[in-house]
Amino acid sequence: MRDLRPILLAEDDSVDAMTVKRALKDLKVTNRLVHVVDGEQALEYLRNESNKKPCLILLDLNMPKMNGIEFLKVAKADEMLKTIPVVVLTTSRQEQDIVESFELSVAGYMVKAVDYKKFVEVIRTIDLYWSLSKLAEQEEEEERGNEDARLNANTAHRG
Amino acid sequence: MRDSMPILLIEDDSVDAMTVKRAFKELNVANQLVHTVDGEQALEYLRSESNKKPCLILLDLNMPKMNGIEFLKIVKADGTLKRIPVVVLTISKEEQDIVESFRFGVAGYIVKSVDSKKFTEIIRTINLYWILSELPSVE
Repeated sequence: MRDLRPILLAEDDSVDAMTVKRALKDLKVTNRLVHVVDGEQALEYLRNESNKKPCLILLDLNMPKMNGIEFLKVAKADEMLKTIPVVVLTTSRQEQDIVESFELSVAGYMVKAVDYKKFVEVIRTIDLYWSLSKLAEQEEEEERGNEDARLNANTAHRG
Repeated sequence: MRDSMPILLIEDDSVDAMTVKRAFKELNVANQLVHTVDGEQALEYLRSESNKKPCLILLDLNMPKMNGIEFLKIVKADGTLKRIPVVVLTISKEEQDIVESFRFGVAGYIVKSVDSKKFTEIIRTINLYWILSELPSVE
C-alpha cells in the first residue's frame, strides 16, 4: 500500500492467515503483516504504545474469545482506534453479520474465496483501493518518521 | 457495484458531477446515479420513503448549506442510514478533513484527480472494490 504502516490481520485460522500472507507476498505488498488470532489479542496489540498502529485492519468474524463484531464494538468506541479502517474478511454471508458490520462502520466486507487465484484478486483489490484512499495519521511523530524513511530510501536509491 | 440500488452522489460542482456521470458511463456501471448538490438535499432524498435507498454514497466535503462533515454527523447517528457506506470524494488533502471523516466511519477517502483519465481510473477502482464487497440491505 502507499502507506508504510503495518496491516493488522485478526484471524484464528492459521491456514487462512498463511493464505493472506502468501497473497500479500505474491502481490509484492511490502507492508508488514501483524497477525493476531482473536479480538482480544488485536486490542492488546493496538493498545500497546510500543506497537506501531496499523494503517488497515483485516478482520475475521468467527473467532474464539472475542469475535469480530465484539472487537468492532470496542474499537469503534475508542477515539484512538476508530479512525483505522476495518475490512471484514470472512466466510459468512449472513445478512445479520453484514448489517451489523456496516452499522459498526466497517470499510468493506469481503467473503473469502476458497480458490487461491480468486483470493489473490480480492487482496489485490483491497490493496489497490486502500493505496488510492487517504488514511488518517495516527501519531504525527511516527508519520514524520515514515516520511524521513521514505526520503532516505529515495536518496539511497538515487545514490 | 454488486447491488442494483442507486448510488447517491453529493456534489455541488456541476462539472465534477458530470465527470462522475461520464466515468460511470465509460465503465458501464449500471447503477442509477442520483445527484444531489448538498448535504441537506441528500438527507431529504434519503428520508423520503418513496426513494430507493442507495447502496453507496459518494460525498464531496466542501459544499454550501450543509457540508460533508455535517452530513456525516447526521447520517452516522441515524439508526437506518448509518449502515450505508460513504466514500469521500474531494479535492481536500487536509489532515483534519481526513481524520474527521474517518472518525465518522467513512469507507474511503479519495482525492479527485483533475485529469479525466486518472479520474476514470479512480472510479474504476471504487467500482471494483464495491463489487467485491458485500453490502447491507437498507430497508
